[in-house]
Amino acid sequence: MEEYIFLDDIATADVAIESRGDTLEELFTASAMATFEVMADISGIQPKSKKTLHLENSEVDGLLFDWLAELIYLKDSEYMLFGKYNITITKNTNYQLDAEIFGEEIDQSKHDLRCDVKAITFHLFEVYEKSGKWISRFILDI
Amino acid sequence: MDIQIYFGYIRGRIQGLKDCMEDNKMETEMKVNKISDCLWEIPKTEKEGMLVPARIYASDTLLENMDKGVFEQITNVACLPGIQKYALCMPDGHWGYGFPIGGVAAFDTEEGIISPGGIGFDINCGMRLITTNLKVDEVKPRIRELVNELFRAVPAGVGAKGSLKVSVSQLKEIMERGADWCIENGYGLPHDREKIEECGHIPGADPSKVSEKAISRGINQLGTLGSGNHYLEIQMVTIDNIYDEKVANVFGIRERNQIVIMVHCGSRGFGHQVATDYLRVFDKAMKKYGMTVRDRELACAPFKSPEGSDYYKAMLCAANSAFANRQIITHRIRESFAKVFDTDAEKLGIEIVYDVAHNIARVERYKINGKEKEVLVHRKGSTRSFGPGRKELPEIYRNVGQPVIVGGSMQTGSYLLAGTEKAMEETFGSTMHGAGRTMSRSAAKKRVRGDQLLKTMAKDGIYVKTASMSGLAEEAGIAYKDISEVVNTMDKLGITKKVVKLKPIGNIKG
Repeated sequence: MEEYIFLDDIATADVAIESRGDTLEELFTASAMATFEVMADISGIQPKSKKTLHLENSEVDGLLFDWLAELIYLKDSEYMLFGKYNITITKNTNYQLDAEIFGEEIDQSKHDLRCDVKAITFHLFEVYEKSGKWISRFILDI
Repeated sequence: MDIQIYFGYIRGRIQGLKDCMEDNKMETEMKVNKISDCLWEIPKTEKEGMLVPARIYASDTLLENMDKGVFEQITNVACLPGIQKYALCMPDGHWGYGFPIGGVAAFDTEEGIISPGGIGFDINCGMRLITTNLKVDEVKPRIRELVNELFRAVPAGVGAKGSLKVSVSQLKEIMERGADWCIENGYGLPHDREKIEECGHIPGADPSKVSEKAISRGINQLGTLGSGNHYLEIQMVTIDNIYDEKVANVFGIRERNQIVIMVHCGSRGFGHQVATDYLRVFDKAMKKYGMTVRDRELACAPFKSPEGSDYYKAMLCAANSAFANRQIITHRIRESFAKVFDTDAEKLGIEIVYDVAHNIARVERYKINGKEKEVLVHRKGSTRSFGPGRKELPEIYRNVGQPVIVGGSMQTGSYLLAGTEKAMEETFGSTMHGAGRTMSRSAAKKRVRGDQLLKTMAKDGIYVKTASMSGLAEEAGIAYKDISEVVNTMDKLGITKKVVKLKPIGNIKG
């Protein structure tokens, strides 16, 4: 199950998040949901259009960094918010992510918008597996 | 005399959610020695790998309330190769990523490093202060109309598109020429140039070092404010808040009840992407150079390495685009005031006081151990505070020192200060950049509601228009340190001198 919490007492000016999932796919979904939750009420994002993504990284934490960096990039370059994700992650030589992401163009008059996210940072960044759960902690620059 | 103070213990890994930031304060087992009033030092014996001591500028109260991130992060900075004299933290210091916010460090340009984590993702985030010849009694009756017009003219918040459309080749010109491009293309006056740090364009920017992604992310955002703590504020000068009439006059603050405008924003998605791209490059390059850092966000490379040099050239592209962004916003401000007051902007005396960068790295020269030396000064949430006589200052300000613009929370006001010779000797010509946060964003939202804050501020005579109600609550005055305490710390030490305090009457919040 995808879960995330906002960590109040880390990084005063920014936003720290702990995300969890039973699988890597769930962890990546939870992390993406948390990132967009910072920027908007994600329940109001309609899956009107779809984009496909392919990412590769030799490390699983590097892949999560790339994934969130890509979503933040698309938010500005495509003016889109995303709310639904179909993700597959496989491990051969590298970790490979293939995703279909669904969302819609940002509408300031319609969406309940919050605070923009500038970037994913490496500060206190971690991804690990514990007792059958994938867990990550990351800090977004606001 | 050193008074050694031990303040509690780090409680290990932080667990889960907590409402109260008080738990966060001054929890370090490091030795923090008092050097003099408002100056503290952590000796280099306190952490393995420290090459220089860390110094924190703070009153007793500010130090007691500094969060633990500051102590960890400033001592991490002290471990970076090539660092000179001290890793410095300004009185607005608080927990950031990589460097603390308020962090300053100078590195030998031959032996030292450059780190995106010492600059921040919002490259050349900065402040611009603009005067008018309007008085408060002329503006107050029309404040709603004015704020609403500015809110329309300067897009803010998540997903805001700028009204200025440029081609890729024009954006590349902006990367190299910054505010100059704007002025030549009708978005400013020729004399605006000298009122901007580095005349609004820093030489050495190379657009070929910028990714296509950075270009596509930023190309439609010129002239936008952004979000978070970014704002455009209409402020007034009150007579009892002019501390140095002579210098205030030189800066264009001439009378009581004069209206001024303050802008806080940076390089938008363009700069954020440049920093993200190079953070990845440096994360990998660390292995190549056999370097390790205590925080992965401090990923760095030798300044003179291909990676370091490429990042510097790309970073300058973002810095110049931020100067351009604030220049375009200035143009929109002139248009908006002219429209609301139905006259020419020139007749309204809308002139730039100065424009300062507070997230940047610059090559500068300082006397270190008796010898003049070239260093790369990283300022992350810190403003230049160049004293009188420096050739970098425009002639009009060369006798009094540079204008230093320190933005406070939208409820409590801001300051205009002057740089000093003491800053050149002590802090690599640097000082604070703002009040500094003291409460996390979610903690602030639990204490304040955006709509209530809007009403409270209206009662206090501040009309606010925001792109986001929850974003507004996050920026409540209670989330920040007392700006006067912060500014007085550096005034007492002679690093910056107080000139004017400014009171907000209207605010556009990103």
